[in-house]
Amino acid sequence: MQVMSKEEIIEKINEFLVEEFEVDADAIAPDADLKNTLDLDSLDYVDLVVEIESNFGFKVKPEDFTGIITFQNFYDYIINKVESK
Amino acid sequence: MSRVVITGIGIYSTLGVNLEEVKNSLYTGKSGIGIDPDRDAIGFRSPLTGVIPKPNLKEYLKRRDRVGLPDQGEYAYLSTLEAMKIAGIDEDMLLKEDVGIIFGNDSSAKSVIEASDTIRLKKDTTLTGSGSIFQSMNSTVTMNLSTIFKLRGINFTVSAACASGSHSIGLGYLLVKQGLQNKVICGGAQEINYQSMGSFDGLSTFSMRTDAPEKASRPFDKDRDGLVPSGGAATVIIESLESAQKRGATILGEIVGYGFSSNGDHISRPNVEGPAKSLEMVLKQAQLTPKDIQYINAHATSTPIGDLNEAKAIKSIFGDARPYLSSTKSMTGHEMWMAGASEIVYSLLMMKNGFIAPNINLNTPDDEVKDINFAYETVNTEFDTFLSNSFGFGGTNSSIIVRKF
Repeated sequence: MQVMSKEEIIEKINEFLVEEFEVDADAIAPDADLKNTLDLDSLDYVDLVVEIESNFGFKVKPEDFTGIITFQNFYDYIINKVESK
Repeated sequence: MSRVVITGIGIYSTLGVNLEEVKNSLYTGKSGIGIDPDRDAIGFRSPLTGVIPKPNLKEYLKRRDRVGLPDQGEYAYLSTLEAMKIAGIDEDMLLKEDVGIIFGNDSSAKSVIEASDTIRLKKDTTLTGSGSIFQSMNSTVTMNLSTIFKLRGINFTVSAACASGSHSIGLGYLLVKQGLQNKVICGGAQEINYQSMGSFDGLSTFSMRTDAPEKASRPFDKDRDGLVPSGGAATVIIESLESAQKRGATILGEIVGYGFSSNGDHISRPNVEGPAKSLEMVLKQAQLTPKDIQYINAHATSTPIGDLNEAKAIKSIFGDARPYLSSTKSMTGHEMWMAGASEIVYSLLMMKNGFIAPNINLNTPDDEVKDINFAYETVNTEFDTFLSNSFGFGGTNSSIIVRKF
């Protein structure tokens, strides 16, 4: 995979979140609450794992999301994973 | 004991995606059969199949309610929505009453195989996604619909091969008759995809008449060469007469008998005695004689032995009574787990609209049963009592009689 900038990673994340969880793109903001904005229940974290693998090619576990509150937390988590690959 | 009536029906089938479309197809003898080119490519003997549009439920259901639905669950959601509208069952009623659900379904192969493929490829079970388990179980239809519609009555699935849909109505009927439930959403659902049909195709039971797909399913005809797999979903809402009358519901028919039996014989080869026993039982339960039945919707699937044995069983019980007989599978193909429910819906549409649908493609019946009163063409006639047969692998048999109320 070619090297992606942070902005490109964030754009890609937002795209799949809007598509998979059917939320309005305008509702997504760095400081917004991820769980509440996307209306995630425990089952939805499984689908988040599927989307990450499908879009970035690495596997994570649903329990890895503990401590991720905002979209910015989520972006940082993914960016860190992508950059450490 | 309560009398048991039908207050709602809905359909999503190869003959149409609502009751009006299906009624017109039944009347004109339209076939729902086509060719699936993918089946040829992956080694099927026969590419013939019922053809049905893929539903788009985005406008009806939120994401969480959709991800657990397999193909047949989507069909069943739409047929149930239509049936609930006809029955006048709304969200408010579902909050106040314990409405139950019993559906016939005996596979969810596509979801199982896709999950298995993902696990083998990715070496990670989480990557099957959150909906896979709810799509994969035989009880997928009842577990999903009971959640979507917030049902709080009886809740289970009947797996009885190609008699599943019929037994679901029979069991719902018994629960209502006993006074244990006031309203039960019954039905049958059947996936249409190659994953669910490969091993069945391997038994050489499917028609090979690929030059004219609409002529491939020809129950009772001398030139029949096998069944055509098909599917969809049908919903039949049953209710105690007292409950229906109290709320002023439109009564579409009364279930007056449920007969059943098991052949105790070969796993796939049907016999005559088992179905005959089911027919005797349903007449006895309904306290009717053969002359009271004006139409029989046959199980007949277009297989050489199955059709002949059913015709012999009917002849042995009905003798000189000679009710009209047709198999709507001549148009739909074999709707399997769904068939017992859809054929109650088809027969109710006929009874309401004063016609008997033709057994299309029936030119010449077998010599032994040629004196049966087959509906070779559409028959315009009022009738008030019909019987529907459904049989399945393992020799499970179910017969239901419905009367105009």
